[in-house]
Amino acid sequence: MTDPILQIDNLNVRFNGKRTVHAINDLSLKLMPGETLALLGESGSGKSVTLKTLLRLLPERRTGLDGSIAFDGTDIMTLSGKRLRSYRGGDVSMVFQEPALALDPVYTVGDQIAEAVMRHKGVDKSEAMATALDMLTRVRIPSPERRLKNYPHELSGGMRQRVMIALALACRPRLLLADEPTTALDATVQIQILLLLRELQREFGMAVIFVTHDIGVAVEISERIAVMYAGQIVEEGTTREVIADPQHPYTQGLLAANLHDVAKGTRLDAIPGAPPSLETRPDACSFAPRCPLALPACRAELPPVKTPGPRRRVACLRAGQPIAAE
Amino acid sequence: MLSYFLRRLILVLPVAFGVSVVCFMLVQIAPGDPLTAIMPVDATAEQQAAMRAAYGLDKPVPVQYLIWIANLLQGDMGRSIATGRPVAAEVFGAVGNSLLLAFSAAIIAFPIGTFLGFLAGYFRDTVLDRAVTAISIAGVSVPNYWLGIVLVIIFSVNLGWLPSMGAGPGGSQDWHWDWTHIRHLILPAVTLAVVPIGIVARTVRALAGDILSMDFVQALYAKGMSRGDVLRHVARNAAATALSVMGLQLGYLLGGSILIETVFNWPGSGFLLSNAIFQRDLPLLQGTILILAMFFVAMNLIVDVAQAAIDPRIKRS
Repeated sequence: MTDPILQIDNLNVRFNGKRTVHAINDLSLKLMPGETLALLGESGSGKSVTLKTLLRLLPERRTGLDGSIAFDGTDIMTLSGKRLRSYRGGDVSMVFQEPALALDPVYTVGDQIAEAVMRHKGVDKSEAMATALDMLTRVRIPSPERRLKNYPHELSGGMRQRVMIALALACRPRLLLADEPTTALDATVQIQILLLLRELQREFGMAVIFVTHDIGVAVEISERIAVMYAGQIVEEGTTREVIADPQHPYTQGLLAANLHDVAKGTRLDAIPGAPPSLETRPDACSFAPRCPLALPACRAELPPVKTPGPRRRVACLRAGQPIAAE
Repeated sequence: MLSYFLRRLILVLPVAFGVSVVCFMLVQIAPGDPLTAIMPVDATAEQQAAMRAAYGLDKPVPVQYLIWIANLLQGDMGRSIATGRPVAAEVFGAVGNSLLLAFSAAIIAFPIGTFLGFLAGYFRDTVLDRAVTAISIAGVSVPNYWLGIVLVIIFSVNLGWLPSMGAGPGGSQDWHWDWTHIRHLILPAVTLAVVPIGIVARTVRALAGDILSMDFVQALYAKGMSRGDVLRHVARNAAATALSVMGLQLGYLLGGSILIETVFNWPGSGFLLSNAIFQRDLPLLQGTILILAMFFVAMNLIVDVAQAAIDPRIKRS
């Protein structure tokens, strides 16, 4: 068996400020090389925070970090200086949600890609520009030579996201973090970007963590799904397992809330209530207040993590129990 | 870029016309008769009329304007009523001195202001930030003529290090780049620099703070850029706005240094302007205001063009 490319153990992230937020609570996750994982959850569940923690992008002054992250055996939590910089963008890179904001408005896209290539590959400007051109061609931007000299505001949203992807993949990272890369785009463009990412993943063979709140997108892109709620992973398994046999009530709720196959006029099955504010560290099941199946025990202690199969887990007291009434 | 420059240049023409009309009318609507200031009290009506005709003041106002403009375009700005010397020579000499003072102040103020602003923006909400904010508020709030007097008391009167008056030894007006002349420049330039230090620091702080909190900064770190790289990006993003603020400040330094020039007896345009006002020297007043206004217009032109060159988001097609 090969070693995991990424191993997160008991990660805790706490934001200290006027009010404390326990954003990530005891998160553990394992990713194999070349694997595509969707991190699924609603806003505020800690998906983006997890990605930013992986790149150590959170402001150090106001963030309490705890736990361990190993990338290819290297401890990420203690990286600093030059080694941190070569890890960022070299080993692991990121595609941001809003390409209009994630690109520097006053540099050409060619310069922005070349800058990263020069940093990580140690090549000169003209060679880096050639790489940038190659990448723009690979992400299928029309007339790439001209686009090299364009500024971000001269491109459409879909085009900008292609540039962002070209930038992220230019240094051939072994892990790509994609933070809702299609959310800010039109529906038709979303599909194109999704297909492009899937294709490039196959071509380059890197592992991908794809953060999304859209189950449809998760199914489309990923082999595995990890469902996040209140800063924890509540369910994990292959995409097929999670979709066909969701065991956590939250996952079941998410699937039921999906818009597909709902007849017009019928009530949508939304999950009642809102996620907890996480001002205190959860000491019981965070989902219990919204859970239709909650037992008194769910509110008394943290739920056990059950493993119904290899690399399959559910953090729920009632997982695997026959559900009688609903 | 060239077409943008030319179009922007064409836009200057109506502004320049407007400025000239305002300069001319400003003096027309000022109360009092300029001749009373220079004519002897017992001058006869004929003598007054002759003087009036000599300066063209007996013609209708629009005609006066056209004559003034026509002469202006030939480089003739008339003669000073008080001294009888050509206005052009007086104004250009004085404006040259003012430019020297303004640029010296700018060279002191802009780097310091930028540095302080960057520092505060980068270390936002720290002690450093609060210190810079305090300095910039003090710089903007302290009346600079008062500060000038205080500096004179300290460095000229008490310590005797620097001269307190004039642009050269013995009130000489010919500038030379040597220590005896530069000594005269230091106190007024430093005094004049205090306000723009505050304004530039405040502007750059806000700019740097805003830009640093933008997503692309995180994206830069995410692709492995160092702190220095990020600061370079931030600087380039802030440059266009910072530059426009500095350009305007330079304009204010040029025109707004009347008080400082008076305090330090600096033979600049402000000094000339206040003399022209007190002596009701209309041709001199008109000429000085016009030249200062035109500098402002030119300054704006330069800033606009420079901004367009730096920031691709400014439309230039």
